Amino acid sequence: MKIAVCVSHVPDTATKINIAADGKSIDPSGVTYVVNPYDEFAIEEALKTKEKLGGETVAISLGGEANKESLRKALAMGIDNAVLLKDDSNRDSISIAKALAEEIKAQGADLVFCGKQSVDLDNSVTGQLISEILGYNSVSVAVTFNLDGNKIICEREIEGGKEIIETTLPAVITAQKGLNEPRYASLKGIMAAKKKVIEEKQPAQSGSYLEIVAMKRPAAKQAGKIVGTDASAVPELVRLLREEAKVI
Amino acid sequence: MTKILVFIEQRNGQIKKASLEAAKTAADIAKSLNAEISAVAVGNEINSLDSVGGYGVSKVYHLKNAELGNYSSSAYTQALSNFVNANGTEIFFFPATSMGKDLAPRISVKMDAGLAVDCVALNVEGGQIIATRPIYAGKALMDVKINSTKKVFALLPNVFNAGAPSDQKAEVIIENVESPNLNVKTVEIKKAEGKLDVAEADIIVSGGRGMKGPEHFGMIEELANLLGAATGASRAVVDAGWRPHSEQVGQTGKTVSPTLYIALGISGAIQHLAGMRSSKFIVAVNKDKDAPIFQIADYGIIGDIFDVVPKMIEEVKKIKA
Ligand SMILES: Cc1cc2nc3c(=O)[nH]c(=O)nc-3n(C[C@H](O)[C@H](O)[C@H](O)COP(=O)(O)OP(=O)(O)OC[C@H]3O[C@@H](n4cnc5c(N)ncnc54)[C@H](O)[C@@H]3O)c2cc1C
Ligand SMILES: Nc1ncnc2c1ncn2[C@@H]1O[C@H](COP(=O)(O)O)[C@@H](O)[C@H]1O
Repeated sequence: MKIAVCVSHVPDTATKINIAADGKSIDPSGVTYVVNPYDEFAIEEALKTKEKLGGETVAISLGGEANKESLRKALAMGIDNAVLLKDDSNRDSISIAKALAEEIKAQGADLVFCGKQSVDLDNSVTGQLISEILGYNSVSVAVTFNLDGNKIICEREIEGGKEIIETTLPAVITAQKGLNEPRYASLKGIMAAKKKVIEEKQPAQSGSYLEIVAMKRPAAKQAGKIVGTDASAVPELVRLLREEAKVI
Repeated sequence: MTKILVFIEQRNGQIKKASLEAAKTAADIAKSLNAEISAVAVGNEINSLDSVGGYGVSKVYHLKNAELGNYSSSAYTQALSNFVNANGTEIFFFPATSMGKDLAPRISVKMDAGLAVDCVALNVEGGQIIATRPIYAGKALMDVKINSTKKVFALLPNVFNAGAPSDQKAEVIIENVESPNLNVKTVEIKKAEGKLDVAEADIIVSGGRGMKGPEHFGMIEELANLLGAATGASRAVVDAGWRPHSEQVGQTGKTVSPTLYIALGISGAIQHLAGMRSSKFIVAVNKDKDAPIFQIADYGIIGDIFDVVPKMIEEVKKIKA
């Protein structure tokens, strides 16, 4: 079995985001980039599946040279091979998914793990897009994954509960927190990853449907009201909620 | 005339509120684009489907089959894509619920449409829809325009106002779905026991590490019960095992935008704010006057939750009496 993991390279969630002079992108200076946190769950699930059932794992990332850092991290965790689809242009999710799907097909992968969401543009659509482009089955926002022969049983998080889903390979699964505990890369893994060659490919161009008109800061919230400094302020707080905000 | 469609989500035969917000918003946009609007639902038996008429949509298609009661990504995608391609839909609106967010990208592939999800504002400018959506965990916003003829939008729940419905009823047109594709099948739904989910609640009472231990969450539950609210939590307390992950609000938990969010002993880390900053009113109780939560709170009390919360319970009991 060939297992693919899609890995995106994103600003650390704690970094401050500044909008660049063009007003349509973020200023990358001073921003630390990391493996997308949800993709660590995807990588871990690929590794666990391989350990249980055998096969080969490949990590794929579309983006610039810097994305190699995240691919390197995937290799250090234990992924067998890595491919960088080198592209510095600004693609929308559909265009990214087309290129990833193309590579997944070329790799002959029949099981694909993505993160639930990239914490940069927060789209949470790429896994679903890839599955429809390839005609694979898919489950998004999975918190459990079980593969037995050809049969998959997953739990998917929904409002107020979980859906228990049955499907079969080939499939795309998107990972939610809770799916597993991602392992740390071992020193040996880190050393081995340094020696591995990350294959570079030129993905086919495909136009973007989505155009970024502007990026902006959210309107600063008006400074709130400090109602008081101990429990004696509670009656006034309740009055404000009732009469001013009219929410209780 | 441009054809606009809106997806009406049902679970257990009940229409979900987020899809009514989408219906009202789509109906308003149809008006300003001089377009034709209808709605579509997928399911088996659906209660009061004609009520969408009250939100400005006069025709609703019900794609029906006994096997479609539960969500199935394969069957719903098949039924909806057959429908939109036959109907000539150009613009398709979804609620950005767990179902809507799963479906919208799939349908966009089937329609060959551009896609904008988690929209928090939609403005029509020169005949074009400009969508605003949060990025980088809400640290920035992005305005986007879809340049393809066909377009799919998913609207964040609790952001758009459905308003009070008129008593208009929609015409319901049933279309039976033959042999649904159940390659991906929901075999069971596990409900979180008898609890209101943070993602759907109008009021949320959340506790953080300041609560000191799981044994103190009783007062959060009591306050939540009195207010008809859901209980939420920060990641710190979920990671500590004090509360279930289903209650976690934030970047790796749930994104919520209730009318009222009460943060008790939560510092307001950027990843927590990412999940709740669009709440209409935010109340914070924290003993640290410099806690970042106060920067986005509408009302704050700088004080000890162990004094303040019991008093809140007492006062709310008075007004509810
Ligand atoms: C990739 C990533 C994703 C994350 N995702 C999330 C997420 O989804 N959700 C989330 O919440 N966090 C998330 N975090 C964690 C986040 O950074 C914070 O660590 C977390 O939100 C802190 O939780 P807290 O506010 O409960 O705890 P703390 O930061 O420890 O704050 C406790 C607060 O309680 C106050 N306090 C203590 N005692 C009292 C008292 N007696 N009375 C009144 N106030 C008191 C203190 O002053 C303090 O402000 C994420 C972090 C990372 C790196
Ligand atoms: N440029 C990319 N390269 C590789 N994988 C990606 C890329 N963008 C998104 N993905 C995958 O798709 C998931 C969801 O991303 P998104 O739809 O952008 O929120 C991520 O967690 C990754 O697994």
